[in-house]
Amino acid sequence: MSLDNDDVRQIAHLARLAVDDQRLPEHASNLSAILEFVEAMSAVDTSNVDPLAHPLEMRQRLRADEVSEDNQRELFQGIAPAVEDGLYLVPRVIE
Amino acid sequence: MEWETVIGLEIHAQLATRSKIFSGASTAYGAEPNTQACAVDLGLPGVLPVLNAEAVNMAIRFGLATGCSIAPHSVFARKNYFYPDLPKGYQISQYELPVVHEGEVIIELDDGETMRVGVTRAHLEEDAGKSLHEGFEGVTGIDLNRAGTPLLEIVSEPDLRSAKQAVAYMKKIHSLVRYLEICDGNMQEGSFRCDANVSMRPKGQEKFGTRAEIKNLNSFRFVEKAINYEIERQIDLLESGGTVVQETRLYDSVKGETRSMRTKEEANDYRYFPDPDLLPLEITSEEVEQIRATLPELPDAKKERFMADYGLSAYDAGVLTASRDQADFFEAVVQAADGEAKLAANWVMGDFSGALNRDGREIGDSPVSPEMLGGMLKRISDNTISGKIAKDVFEAMWNGEGDADAVIEARGLKQVTDSGAIEAMIDEVIAANPGQLEQYRAGKDKLLGFFVGQVMKASKGKANPAQVNELLKKKLSG
Amino acid sequence: MSIHTSTVAELSTALARGDHSSRELTEVFLERIQGQGAALNAVITVTAEQALAAADAADRSRAAGEAGPLTGVPMVHKDIFCTRGVRTSCGSRMLDNFISPYNAHVVDRLAAAGMVCMGKANMDEFAMGSSNETSFYGPVKNPWDTAAVPGGSSGGSAAAVSGGLAPAATGTDTGGSIRQPAALCGITGLKPTYGRVSRYGMIAFASSLDQAGPMARTAEDCALLLEAMAGFDARDSTCVERDVPRYSQALGGDLKGVTIGLPKEYFGEGLDPTVASAIDAAIAEYRKLGAEFREISLANTHLAVPAYYVIAPAECSSNLSRFDGVRFGHRCDSPRDLEDLYKRSRGEGFGDEVQRRIMVGTYALSAGYYDAYYLKAQQVRRLIRDDFLQAFEDVDLILGPTSPTAAFNIGERSDDPVSMYLSDIYTIAVNLAGLPGISVPAGFADGRPVGLQLIGNYFDEARLLNAAHAYQQVTDWHTRVPEAFA
Repeated sequence: MSLDNDDVRQIAHLARLAVDDQRLPEHASNLSAILEFVEAMSAVDTSNVDPLAHPLEMRQRLRADEVSEDNQRELFQGIAPAVEDGLYLVPRVIE
Repeated sequence: MEWETVIGLEIHAQLATRSKIFSGASTAYGAEPNTQACAVDLGLPGVLPVLNAEAVNMAIRFGLATGCSIAPHSVFARKNYFYPDLPKGYQISQYELPVVHEGEVIIELDDGETMRVGVTRAHLEEDAGKSLHEGFEGVTGIDLNRAGTPLLEIVSEPDLRSAKQAVAYMKKIHSLVRYLEICDGNMQEGSFRCDANVSMRPKGQEKFGTRAEIKNLNSFRFVEKAINYEIERQIDLLESGGTVVQETRLYDSVKGETRSMRTKEEANDYRYFPDPDLLPLEITSEEVEQIRATLPELPDAKKERFMADYGLSAYDAGVLTASRDQADFFEAVVQAADGEAKLAANWVMGDFSGALNRDGREIGDSPVSPEMLGGMLKRISDNTISGKIAKDVFEAMWNGEGDADAVIEARGLKQVTDSGAIEAMIDEVIAANPGQLEQYRAGKDKLLGFFVGQVMKASKGKANPAQVNELLKKKLSG
Repeated sequence: MSIHTSTVAELSTALARGDHSSRELTEVFLERIQGQGAALNAVITVTAEQALAAADAADRSRAAGEAGPLTGVPMVHKDIFCTRGVRTSCGSRMLDNFISPYNAHVVDRLAAAGMVCMGKANMDEFAMGSSNETSFYGPVKNPWDTAAVPGGSSGGSAAAVSGGLAPAATGTDTGGSIRQPAALCGITGLKPTYGRVSRYGMIAFASSLDQAGPMARTAEDCALLLEAMAGFDARDSTCVERDVPRYSQALGGDLKGVTIGLPKEYFGEGLDPTVASAIDAAIAEYRKLGAEFREISLANTHLAVPAYYVIAPAECSSNLSRFDGVRFGHRCDSPRDLEDLYKRSRGEGFGDEVQRRIMVGTYALSAGYYDAYYLKAQQVRRLIRDDFLQAFEDVDLILGPTSPTAAFNIGERSDDPVSMYLSDIYTIAVNLAGLPGISVPAGFADGRPVGLQLIGNYFDEARLLNAAHAYQQVTDWHTRVPEAFA
């Protein structure tokens, strides 16, 4: 699978990464090399193989419905880039 | 061309757990911004989700109540997209394998007809936070208290054919989740809301038309209005040779119209994949049976029983069982009133509901208890008071003047049934109205009402109306 | 033996005998970190004040008779573990300003065991790398040859132990990130079974592969450390509820009757001949110890790196979405709008390799490619795991090289991602299967250390550690120290 500049631009957009236009060819060639490398998998027939999402096939453990967390807003917002009146601030969102 | 509307609803019911679906933060509504957003809800680095047992329990309850299958194995997936109210950059949801799937509900339409609506699936997921646009210049404020609140997303089959049906279905689900005590159903606070998928097709055509999704409808009225607007919009478009675009729309309740949300150019590539921080949710049939045993009587069964046991009409039984609180209240009133079911039904649906609405109260905080109302109904049936006087007694009880007996006593409202006293009053009234007496005796029967009124007035409403009638007829005819 | 070349066990004994106080030890290592060792760039945050306070507290609890085997022993944490009140950077500009509000489970456990944390070890950015060259804080140097890489991603941890800056360090291993740097720096590093150690507070790279483990001079030290690190934590859904054996007590058993498998795929093309002969010598030692060998096949080995480079990037592309400049971490200056905020904050905050993997993962999960890449990789993952399950029906342990070559030079492979990825060819399958693996020093190739890898069955760390320990009783590779840092 070979990616071109437009593919990289589209992927970078989905991933919300600012990519310098001048570096698109470099990214395209690196990503293409990686994809070509992983292509090796297509040689093996896996049509009857169940996917394995987790090494240990265990069941999800459940927690009791209890409130265990206190208000730590001050602590958490102490490391935030922009807050006001207890809210996190971002540039205006238009819906 | 004749068009057929096809509607499917995705209802989001916030589950009434104490803590969030994947964290121990409180789900209580109305706290100061971000005071109920813990490290997990904020998506801070290194923290991990752990699933709330009660949320699973509630999803199973819903599944059982709608005849759904409960998946022995279901999987949480990540839905990836960037948005400021979505702290992790993904929403934990269920995608390919939901916990609950394939059931149905029966809804009743205005004309009394019933209709089956398929429930495709119901899956667990986390709610997002809230974006606040007011009060800031050029910025948006993010409150993540709601982030991580458990949601059950209930997806219907595209079985609905009109806005009215959609509303009836939504009301049915609303009633169910409250019966099951899995959701408080508070639509104003957003605990129960829906997205409506609306499309049109030429009548008789099997293939569905292109649908538009109207997001975040949080009242029954808006659902009806938004869908009806959307139907008209799509028909206009189609009939003028245009095409419907598959898109997400918002309902503007002020303008009464839907409008397109800014279309995202990547066309929703959510990149779903199984959440590697969570393991598959396994539910055994023993666990399902344990939960089934705790299910309350559900609205349909309760309605049948009310009709059979209390002799109520389908309509009355339907109204009374629409909410579990109301049905429970009614049954308590019947018991307190020694089985006066029809009287109880009339009062609960009538004056009692009216008073609740007037004062904006819930049944839970009614000043009149079922025992008080039932006690008053007993005084009606034993002729201590008339139905008319009872309205005053009810108001007095509502205003905190004590139970019916206390009010009757304090206000001297006891009905006069002593025929001697009633006859004396009748005599006075007849003596005072010789002209009317003459006309009555000349054949103007309608004047009986006038005399009854005068006597009741003289008795300050306390005379037993049946007795007054009977004695008056006798006296008037001479 | 001097303090800075001592093992954890030796320091523990010295503390118990009263030969040294924890404060004395801590001062020695802090001096090493800030003095001679600074050139290695192995420790990027030094918490001297907190360390000395913790050392004093350890000395007091020892005086009160409350000391355990690790009480007062200094160490460093890989900077992937959240440490309350201390910068936790994950080797990234993105988190250069991130002061963690909480501790990772592992940090709490080791503190509770009385260990003294002296600071945070350098690492490949977000643990993505095999050479420690992707760190925002610059490359770490290999104490054996400062022109060489220390391996990665736990390169700072490995170099710190190897260079005598700390007797022990924590690491994390997603595709070999404990074992490969341990091999390249000539120390011992254990990646436990997936689920053995809680991931809470450990910044996620690839959640289904990440596992924390100890790095130290010896298997015995790793046993002591793992005893303290492992254990159930309800905050991690993937953490196993299972008793933790007293690993350090189980050491010293002989290897008679132990069957060790030699996967033929681990001795083929690409393996440096010098490394191969070091491993052959180790096999001879094991034979002398009574172990029996059997050739086995892990037939899908060649698919491990390809599968890994779909699964790990896919998980990372999603795990790293939370770094968006909104609630913590790097935020770009004067964003024009929301999209600009996201793109520039992330574009500036993440380095090249991280961005590359995010893009690969984003692509692998996107509509139309999911089945061909992600689903396929998960299927291959099962094949790889099944190979191991089958092998463990016949053998108790699997042995091979940790890395195909000894340490390469800084800059040598940084322009070629795929050749860099191949340095993890023998370690990656173990993560895909979730098995425990250990790397122990087994010789040198041109003056650079060679690591021997042992792989165990699920939760069989005790046997793994015992086999490594037995080897270290009859060899002295693990006692060698680089001259420049002796």
